[in-house]
Amino acid sequence: MRNSLAKFLQAIKLPGLSFLMAFTLTGLIIAISDAKVIAKFSTPLEFIKSALAAIGNAYLALFQGAVYDVNLTKGHTFIHGFYPLSETIVIATPLILTGLSVALAFKAGLFNIGAQGQFIFGAIGASYVGFHFHLPIGIHILVAALVGAFFAAIWGGIVGLLKARTGAHEVILTIMMNYIASYFILWILKTQSFLRPGRIDPIAPEVNQSARLPLLAGANFRLNFGIFIALAAAVFVWWLLTKTTIGFKFRAVGANGQAAKTAGISVPFVITSTMMICGALAGLGGAVQVLGSTYSLNTDIAGSFGFDAITVALLGRAQPLGTVFAALLFGALHAGGRTMQSSTGVPLDIVLVTQALVVLFIAAPAFVRYIFRIKKLNASASLTSKGWNG
Amino acid sequence: MSLELRGITKTFGSLTANDSINLRVETGQIHAILGENGAGKSTLMNIVYGLLNADSGEILVDEKLVDISEPIDALSAGIGMVHQHFMLIPVFTVAENIILGHEKSSKFGVIDIDAARLAIRKVSKDFGFEVDPDAIVESLPVGIQQKVEIIRALIYEAKVLILDEPTAVLTPQETDELLKTMRELKAKGTSIIFITHKLREVREVADQITIIRRGKVVAAVSPTTSEGELASMMVGRAVDLAPVKHKHQIGEPILVATNLTVRDAMGTAIVKSVNFHVNAGEVLAIAGVQGNGQSELARALINLESHIEGSIKLAGAEIRGSSIYDSLHSGIAFIPESRELDGLVGSFSIAENLILDLHDQQPYAKGINLSASTVLSEAEKRVTEFDIRLQSVSDAVSTLSGGNKQKVVIARELSRPVKVLVASQPTRGLDVGSIEFVHERILAERDQGRGVILFSTELDEVMALADRIAVMYRGEILEIVDSGVTRGELGLLMAGVVTKKASA
Amino acid sequence: MKKVRSNIEKRRLVGVSVITLLSTISLLFFGFISPGKDKTTFGFVLNNEWVIIKEWVIASATGAKIFSLIAVVASIIAVLAFRANRKIVIPAAIATFGILMSFITWVASGKFIPFTGLLQGALLLAVPLIFGSMSGLICERSGVINIAIEGQLLASAFVSGVVASLTHKTIWGLIAAPIAGAAISFLLATFAIKFSVDQVILGFVLNVLVIGLTDFLYKKLLVPYQSTWNTAPTFGHIELPILAKIPVLGPIFFSQSIVVYLMFAIVATITFALFKTKWGLRTRAIGEHPTAADTVGIDVNKLRFKNVMIAGLIAGVGGAYYTVGSVGAFGKEMTAGAGFIALAALIFGKWSPIGAVFAALLFGFADNLQSTLTIIGVSIPSEFMLMVPYIATIIAVTGLVGRVRAPAADGVPYLRGGAH
Repeated sequence: MRNSLAKFLQAIKLPGLSFLMAFTLTGLIIAISDAKVIAKFSTPLEFIKSALAAIGNAYLALFQGAVYDVNLTKGHTFIHGFYPLSETIVIATPLILTGLSVALAFKAGLFNIGAQGQFIFGAIGASYVGFHFHLPIGIHILVAALVGAFFAAIWGGIVGLLKARTGAHEVILTIMMNYIASYFILWILKTQSFLRPGRIDPIAPEVNQSARLPLLAGANFRLNFGIFIALAAAVFVWWLLTKTTIGFKFRAVGANGQAAKTAGISVPFVITSTMMICGALAGLGGAVQVLGSTYSLNTDIAGSFGFDAITVALLGRAQPLGTVFAALLFGALHAGGRTMQSSTGVPLDIVLVTQALVVLFIAAPAFVRYIFRIKKLNASASLTSKGWNG
Repeated sequence: MSLELRGITKTFGSLTANDSINLRVETGQIHAILGENGAGKSTLMNIVYGLLNADSGEILVDEKLVDISEPIDALSAGIGMVHQHFMLIPVFTVAENIILGHEKSSKFGVIDIDAARLAIRKVSKDFGFEVDPDAIVESLPVGIQQKVEIIRALIYEAKVLILDEPTAVLTPQETDELLKTMRELKAKGTSIIFITHKLREVREVADQITIIRRGKVVAAVSPTTSEGELASMMVGRAVDLAPVKHKHQIGEPILVATNLTVRDAMGTAIVKSVNFHVNAGEVLAIAGVQGNGQSELARALINLESHIEGSIKLAGAEIRGSSIYDSLHSGIAFIPESRELDGLVGSFSIAENLILDLHDQQPYAKGINLSASTVLSEAEKRVTEFDIRLQSVSDAVSTLSGGNKQKVVIARELSRPVKVLVASQPTRGLDVGSIEFVHERILAERDQGRGVILFSTELDEVMALADRIAVMYRGEILEIVDSGVTRGELGLLMAGVVTKKASA
Repeated sequence: MKKVRSNIEKRRLVGVSVITLLSTISLLFFGFISPGKDKTTFGFVLNNEWVIIKEWVIASATGAKIFSLIAVVASIIAVLAFRANRKIVIPAAIATFGILMSFITWVASGKFIPFTGLLQGALLLAVPLIFGSMSGLICERSGVINIAIEGQLLASAFVSGVVASLTHKTIWGLIAAPIAGAAISFLLATFAIKFSVDQVILGFVLNVLVIGLTDFLYKKLLVPYQSTWNTAPTFGHIELPILAKIPVLGPIFFSQSIVVYLMFAIVATITFALFKTKWGLRTRAIGEHPTAADTVGIDVNKLRFKNVMIAGLIAGVGGAYYTVGSVGAFGKEMTAGAGFIALAALIFGKWSPIGAVFAALLFGFADNLQSTLTIIGVSIPSEFMLMVPYIATIIAVTGLVGRVRAPAADGVPYLRGGAH
């Protein structure tokens, strides 16, 4: 028992320190960019006090905006205090799906930077089916989500196919495909079939009621069925990777493609099918966003879900469960960031800094050990470390 | 110039690679360092050359203590090295490679390539080398690339020259040339450290022999010591240099390759229309100096290469153009040249590596579900059968020693129904004990009536195991000869000289 | 023995065939099937050049036919060159030019095309791309993948804008920018070289970090205190005597801001230094085979560190172009992905300085053509024009225009002695 506790502490030591450093640095930035703090520069004690106050207020607002806000319950029930938590989950839902997309690719030795573009195609597909067709409840959702996932699977599959056939590096391909997708959505929203009647700005019609994901906590909360889809996808990815022969192939190619090939595993098959599944996952994220949250397609539908996905997957160490937690954490940062911005005037964008720093330190265990003078116990495998040619 | 090492010790974690090694190389002496793979020879030389730093010990040049912590220190102390894996930039010209690190520049920092060309021509002339200063290194044969390395050391006036396994990539004739060059250098006063595990060459050229075993100096002997004695000192017990080969009936042709051509990505033929067959119960060795197309030919036999023309018939059925999977499952076992790169997935467990080829078949797979318990229980059986030394089959395969890794590869490849075993350099980098195991296993497969195609650059291995020997030279099979052939004849063939008509 | 084509040759063949096909389609479509009904006018005068070249007016259909014919002839030459196993780059480039010109002549039927302005605008749009790709070039030639170009450009644009605003001097902005670029490089170099962090992940994270920081500071400082923090002055144009008066070329190359002249100087210096000097030889060596470089006494990681820092300085100047070099004020995420197009240009240009410059110019041209056509009132979906750099890069990396090979050790951390 004590042994396993020690093991657990050992396992979370570096990530824990990474978080500590990231939040400390973020706090410093918040403090020194605050005019009220800077004004007290001449009196060191006051300066430190006001700096700590500024950081404390910002982080308190962050927490209130992400988890539980006591102010919301005044005149309401206790449940209303959890509105921020529901927002965290709403933001985390597409992030889990795009994060899984990137994580699964990592396991197969691929760096999928293309979740953004795949998300866009998922959203386009789901939106079109959602507003253009009239189908029974349930079936409509299913068809819309599947069409979105399918579009995205094709978009991801193109990358897989190109890599498998020509050896071109997927990082370069996916970066380029993201840009193409982002121009594609700009174009398609201007076409006749996607223009909302009576509007000239690029926004698609809202999806029909029958295609919307059911709300889970009443009309006052945006919390919807999408989170179950995301969690189911996480279970699926876990099962695929650890329990199936397909996952075995994915992992073998990811760990040593040459040896896998020599043992008769088809590397082109693995690359193409991995990218298709990854595309489908990210596309499902886009579908869930449209069907459960925004209801209509707009030019900014993808936000930064596809890019945050990379930090999510890295923080989650490419494990399905880790990815879920990482997505919830970043969802919380984004939800809380909004409250922080409105109540303390600290711009929301600071959470990007926190996010980047956390991942930077997580990706550089050697650096964290160096800072805290920790001895290296055993070699831990890094996620990927290969060049353009590998 | 003399070089002395005193008490050199180097550890990597729990492994002591060098254990207080003492060594003295006199001026103008050829000093051979003999040891098995993994004995610590390369570590020692990397310390002398400054690529590694010793935990303790001293290096003296001409009786004076020198501090060598970087290659640049070694170079300025007059120590040059010809590395086992050539340290040349493939896309640079010979001249660019030679001036790299020693650039002399004129105005605006423009490097003076002409001076380098002149120096290369001069040294080439002195030693009778033919090296074009403007040739791109990757387009040169390995023998010439090695000469470029030697020229580099000579141009920068190395007084002590370290040659790390220099003959591994050479034909017997090229080896003789190299030995001649070594004697010439010695006559000019250069001291040479000659690292090798080949007994014959050592006895031929060395003035002094130091034998290293498991990181320790175990003996310092003169070149008159017999090969048998040298071998037993190297390994630490009496070794049987040649495995026992039983006479037995050789069967019908089981694999027939006709007009087989293999091309690289640029379309150049690496293997040029070769014809051969192997019979059931026979070892066909494919000999030749490294880089003459053997690797590609071996890979082509299971369709690992992308551009293959011609025909490969396994038990009468055409397999060229099949997938790798189908080639393997139609009855070819394949031991790849590099266990680490091609044979094993390092981060996977031993059990997983044992089913890399069979993971989607019964009894491991039920539908798309992988049965973890079957994987483990079957792995235990293999481990016992092949005497793989390990802690647990769930450990990462990368934790095993080289010999045990190779056993994992062999165990996996022989777990399918096998008609032909294709083994590509199966003993490269192994210790003598493991080499014996691999040799016995190869002969056991032969005795059970399987065809074995053994690709090897080691002449001793070829002569000991083969029933027939095909020699490859520049992508072609020059001749296929019976095992009664002499070393000299084989050596000539490996150098591209055809003497008589093919016997098979 | 029959001639068998390798994969790479096959792909080059596809490339040649595609160009031939496009040339033919261009001839048929722009020239015959759907010819422009009106005249197309090309204007060449931008400033007060010495020789005023008269406007060139040509019937759209005739012009399209002429340019398409040039493309067809060039692509035939490319096919012949391919058959003779010679390089196809030049004829392929001419064919591409022909197709483009044919398209412009066709699409601008009845309109006025400010040709010199089109080219000048292309160059200006290419300026940050060229700086960015030079930054990438130096890093990757040394064996360090740099996808943090975007972050370098953005950070230095921000810093140069702020510094120039606070000091009211453009020159301080230009001096501060490279320092900001180098600061990002310092993070890249430290984490990539000293702590062996995966370089693609690292570059990605650095971009997020810079975007987050600049967005944050922009909202926190630049918006509320705009008059002090975000009113950077800009460099004027320097007309080089005589040269600026050359028709067409003058306004494009010799009437520019100091940043553009710096760019010419930097590209020339890098091209020379990389292939002729000791530094260049060593840089290429550590990017191809660091162990070999180490054994001849080159401190691989030190040189890599130094080069990544130089790359940061160069990207920094490119960042300054966004603010003091052109518009002055800093805008949120104003680099808008230029760092990634610069990366694309580097790869499309096969990791060579000249190749990267031409790729950047091509991308700048596509971008500017799109906006020029919008301005003169031609209705084509501009989104598809904007996709050009990305599609071109995909074509390049998938080998349709020959072999693209990154430096062999690009992205691989150098640890002496390998895996002990």
